[in-house]
Amino acid sequence: MTLAMAPTGIVNDVPIEWFLLLGAMLFALGAVGVVVRRNPVTVFMCIELMLNAVNLTFLTFARYQNGWGLKYENAQQAAMNGQMMVIFVMAVAAAEVAVGLGIIMAIFRARREVDVDDLSTLRN
Amino acid sequence: MEQVSAWLEGASNNEFTVAGMPGSTFMALVRVILVILPILTLVPGIIWWERRLLSWMQDRIGPNRSGTITLPNGRQIRTFGLIQPLLDGVKLFLKEEIKPSAVDRLIYVISPALALFPAFALGATLPWTPHTGFWGNFSPAANIDIGILWVLAISSLGAYGIVLAGYSSNNKYSLMGGLRASAQLISYELAMGVSLACIALATGSLKMTDMVAEQEKALWGVIPQVQNWFLFTPFGLLSAVIFLIALVAETNRAPFDLPEAENELIAGYHTEYSSMKFAVFFMGEYAAMFVFSGVFAAVFMGGYHFMPFNYDELAVTFPSLSSFWYALRDLNYWLGPAGFLVKQIFMLSFFIWLRATLPRLRYDQLMNLGWKSLLPTAVANFIIVGIWIVATEMYGVLGGWVAFFGAVALLALLYFNLVSASRKSREAEQRQAISLVDGTERRSITLVDPAPASSSGKTV
Amino acid sequence: MTTNQIAFLALALLALIGGGGVVFSQRPVRAAMCLVLNFLVLAALYFMLGAQMLGISQIMVYAGAIMVLFLFIVMMLRMDREEPHKVWWTSAPVIGTVFGALVLFIFALGIRPVAEMKPGAVDPKFGTPQAIGMEMMTTYAWPFEVASMLLLVGIVASIILAKRRI
Repeated sequence: MTLAMAPTGIVNDVPIEWFLLLGAMLFALGAVGVVVRRNPVTVFMCIELMLNAVNLTFLTFARYQNGWGLKYENAQQAAMNGQMMVIFVMAVAAAEVAVGLGIIMAIFRARREVDVDDLSTLRN
Repeated sequence: MEQVSAWLEGASNNEFTVAGMPGSTFMALVRVILVILPILTLVPGIIWWERRLLSWMQDRIGPNRSGTITLPNGRQIRTFGLIQPLLDGVKLFLKEEIKPSAVDRLIYVISPALALFPAFALGATLPWTPHTGFWGNFSPAANIDIGILWVLAISSLGAYGIVLAGYSSNNKYSLMGGLRASAQLISYELAMGVSLACIALATGSLKMTDMVAEQEKALWGVIPQVQNWFLFTPFGLLSAVIFLIALVAETNRAPFDLPEAENELIAGYHTEYSSMKFAVFFMGEYAAMFVFSGVFAAVFMGGYHFMPFNYDELAVTFPSLSSFWYALRDLNYWLGPAGFLVKQIFMLSFFIWLRATLPRLRYDQLMNLGWKSLLPTAVANFIIVGIWIVATEMYGVLGGWVAFFGAVALLALLYFNLVSASRKSREAEQRQAISLVDGTERRSITLVDPAPASSSGKTV
Repeated sequence: MTTNQIAFLALALLALIGGGGVVFSQRPVRAAMCLVLNFLVLAALYFMLGAQMLGISQIMVYAGAIMVLFLFIVMMLRMDREEPHKVWWTSAPVIGTVFGALVLFIFALGIRPVAEMKPGAVDPKFGTPQAIGMEMMTTYAWPFEVASMLLLVGIVASIILAKRRI
């Protein structure tokens, strides 16, 4: 059985490309921030922004699958897969923030200042 | 009454429009206003109640003068200082506002609003009234599937107001207060979340109305006449204690008021705030207290029920008094919001009692309590509730309780074993350290009597 | 233009304001606040998509925990305004425009083929905590355990990093 049922939910009349474009713009903003900013904490925030843009895209695809000709069961599985991906991204982001901020703290303690341009001790 | 009920029903089902908008939209607006209105109107009363009760506990009188009305014939109507908070509010609003010159302007201005917002948003999923029939049209404002998670999520946003106020004030004591607040809120949120997860596990749902409905079942699964308030079950009692402690920490009340510890940090995060902005912080604290007491009442104390009795079951047990029981049941239903309010006031009085009784914790004590006591206990409770549920499903009610207490005994055994092992190892370590310092043999501590009985002239 | 579309556009505007604030504001605390705004708006968008559980965990995990941690670090390290880059060819406007345009262009290429898709007829349980918990404990049981190990490693690592002497 393909998806012949009428789509339900609040998003019926918002086209998919709007969501995807928003996700793409947020991702691009985050990427720009990662390249441009010098404060490592702000760089971290930009990475979080990128992760969230990806989350939005995952959820959009979880919700919009009509038109791919998926069988009903497969469509339900696809919907769940998208949501589970978001949960795992959140878990990874939490772990990453804990470790990353710990590293920033350790660097700050050792050098009394943090700046991504000056942190080049490993480079000869 | 039935006409009103039918009208509300029709409005909720979009059968007609009210004031130019669809009925369901209108009802949603009404519910939202009904969530915010009690908070706004009752907060002055709470402040008065705290001041009076606190002074009573401390053998003082407290504000009792303001609001006495003298009638033309010379008689006086005394209001026991009830309008004192109102007058305080007027004073605060009319005071000159002092804004320090070096503050971060934007954040300084928005942080009081951020502190007040969670208190108002928190009540959205609370069932202030019975959730069936007539009252069901009014509350909860949004009966969503994730009711209890909403409470956790919004309460975790409460940190921002305080942290940003501390940061933007450009004052080192304020900054310290903000830092303390953020660490404290993050730490206690975990214990709070796990203790609520126990209840969600026992209910099988995250909806607040489901939680209240679950507590209307038979006590411990065996006594149908009495309701199974989670406060009466062993795991629920433990959860309630943990939740209560976390609650006091989340609302920054004594003994957890480290962010505004006045003898260490002047006034903590709101040192640089004056006049109306300070009033907003003050109000936010009391509003949060009020709403959190509502959460406690709904989740652990059976929601809107005055008494933990199932009147239908009582009517079955004592058929001769059935009309009396049914009258009580109806009374219980119609006085539902009042019952909820009574429980809230009880919880508020409890907070005030805590404030009058307990001294403030030190910072390391606060962290130890949160991370080393509350969180492990809550997790152990969570495991035990899981075992109890599985055993109840497999072996019935009695088997469930046997498994419950078995699991408690097992965990307690494990815990005390671990504690004694760690104590032994720590003692061994210390002994080793002392022997390293002292050389070949450990010097034993000899007690020297400073004043031997034979030489002292007088007895003490 | 339906109400849903208007709501989406308003939320998208807010999200972009938040994202722009993260990238372009000079003070880390303001950047963090903009990011909180962005997270809250994204949570609203998740609600719009019907994923209520994920929307609420977005608020709880990102806005409630992670960003408070960020603020804590920013306040503790007393971070203030940052200076622009020292080398001229890494000046923000140049590299930002080029890089951002490139990323957006690549994504726009990817959006074209899927633009025909419509919202699917999903289960009424879509996005409820029950459905997600069921999936997590059955199909995704193994990744779930791995994620919990990851979090444990994160806890241990941050404690070790926070010690005075490593």
